Amino acid sequence: MMAWLSINFHALAATLRKLAGSPLSSFFSICVIGIALSLPTGIFVLLQNIESLSRNFTGSPQISLFLSKDASSAEVSEIEKRLKDNPGVDHFRFVPKEEALGEFRKDAEFSDVLASLSQNPLPDAFVVFARQNSAKNLDSMHQEMLKWPKVAHAQLDSNWARKLDSFLKLGHVATSILAVLLGFALVFITFNTIRLQILTQKDEIEVAKLIGATNTFIRRPFLYLGALQGLAGGIAAWGIIAAGLHFMNGAIQELAQLYSTRFVLANLGLKESLLLFFLSACLGWLGAWLSVSRHLWQLDSGSQ
Amino acid sequence: MISFQAVGKRYPGGFDALKNITFSIERGEMVFIAGHSGAGKSTLLKLVAAIERPTSGSILVRDQNLGRMKRSAVPYLRRNFGLVFQDHKLLFNRTVFENVFLPLQIGAFDPREAGSRVRAALDKVGLLGREHAYPVELSGGEQQRLCIARAIVNRPAILIADEPTGNLDAEYSGIIMDMFKSFNQVGVTLLVSTHDEAMLRKLRPRVITLHQGELAP
Repeated sequence: MMAWLSINFHALAATLRKLAGSPLSSFFSICVIGIALSLPTGIFVLLQNIESLSRNFTGSPQISLFLSKDASSAEVSEIEKRLKDNPGVDHFRFVPKEEALGEFRKDAEFSDVLASLSQNPLPDAFVVFARQNSAKNLDSMHQEMLKWPKVAHAQLDSNWARKLDSFLKLGHVATSILAVLLGFALVFITFNTIRLQILTQKDEIEVAKLIGATNTFIRRPFLYLGALQGLAGGIAAWGIIAAGLHFMNGAIQELAQLYSTRFVLANLGLKESLLLFFLSACLGWLGAWLSVSRHLWQLDSGSQ
Repeated sequence: MISFQAVGKRYPGGFDALKNITFSIERGEMVFIAGHSGAGKSTLLKLVAAIERPTSGSILVRDQNLGRMKRSAVPYLRRNFGLVFQDHKLLFNRTVFENVFLPLQIGAFDPREAGSRVRAALDKVGLLGREHAYPVELSGGEQQRLCIARAIVNRPAILIADEPTGNLDAEYSGIIMDMFKSFNQVGVTLLVSTHDEAMLRKLRPRVITLHQGELAP
């Protein structure tokens, strides 16, 4: 156990020395990885912000049924009964035309206009909340209710939200593709930097193998190097995104003031940040593993 | 300890470096491999250390058949050997101490005892005062002794040396041969290649002579 700890400690110390020994090239490699990672991660952060923004606006989807103005109270209760019997309806609210008018009167802008009218222009209405929010279910309910007698108009409020949803879905797919591609890029970048590192230590590897080092022993410091470089790249990406959001928030603040709302772009949460760091370290490790394994394989096949 | 049974080694391209070699070496023996350069001495030592594999015949080292050995088992076999190379194979970016420390590091030796083991090995070859020097600061003979210190720090059962006195003058050669004799006296099996006739006359060890890849009578 002591020996194992010692080996790993030595490997880690040697790795840190290597990174510190060539600070400029280490810095550049880390920057390249950071930039590559910040692209998909940044888009992901923006999509998440749009998503949370849209969630604030929509709430649960509802269908508004506007009745014909000549609908009698008997006909209104007939529709009420149909809604009660419909299994897809979770609950609903009846808004009589007098109440709707009262709502509008509270608003200063409308009260003048309404005062000039001789009669109430508003119809009776039902606000219906569906049990299931799936687009298909809402659509079929919407179509069915349009056919009911004395229903002049049925409006599905979730339409624009659903469009946004599918746009976001598309965005997520695009981000995933980008993330996979740039993940490969990270592996290749690490593969190459580790290969250069291996070339400078060719003699050490050869001697170590000759005096009984296992491949695991030879791989270890390079794996640390790859993982550390990946991790540092992940942290760099996080920094790039944090800086980007900071500047964007400054501009957004002005915009939000014009619309008299408050809105701030949020950075990755703790869980997502840790996942980013973990994944970037893993990809760096993988790149290093491929690089050393290729070298060891060449050594082994050369000695036969 | 080591036994060759009709061993041949043909390199890609068809060159036969060794042909039909049969001999065996007992524990604690001191055996010299003699012959002109190109006779196959280095190849024979590489086969013993599993650096190369035979193309025919079988090699047993400590009852393990090297031809059938899994590649992953080779490192553990090599830890039984101390290897002294003709070109030293020292690491020039490490100090004398770190060079000798390397085999202990590889063998996961207890780090608390490793320091004294390294110093003991350096003491045996007379380099104790040079721990913090770099190999480039050492003379050719000192570099060879450093290579020997690295080979013995693990207290190997078998010491294999390829032309250990190849580039050294007679005085240095004598010092190194005396060292080898003292290792042999404490029970280390010794396998040394040389083309130094004077050395063989002086030491009178058991000699295996190679001639163009075959055992000379």
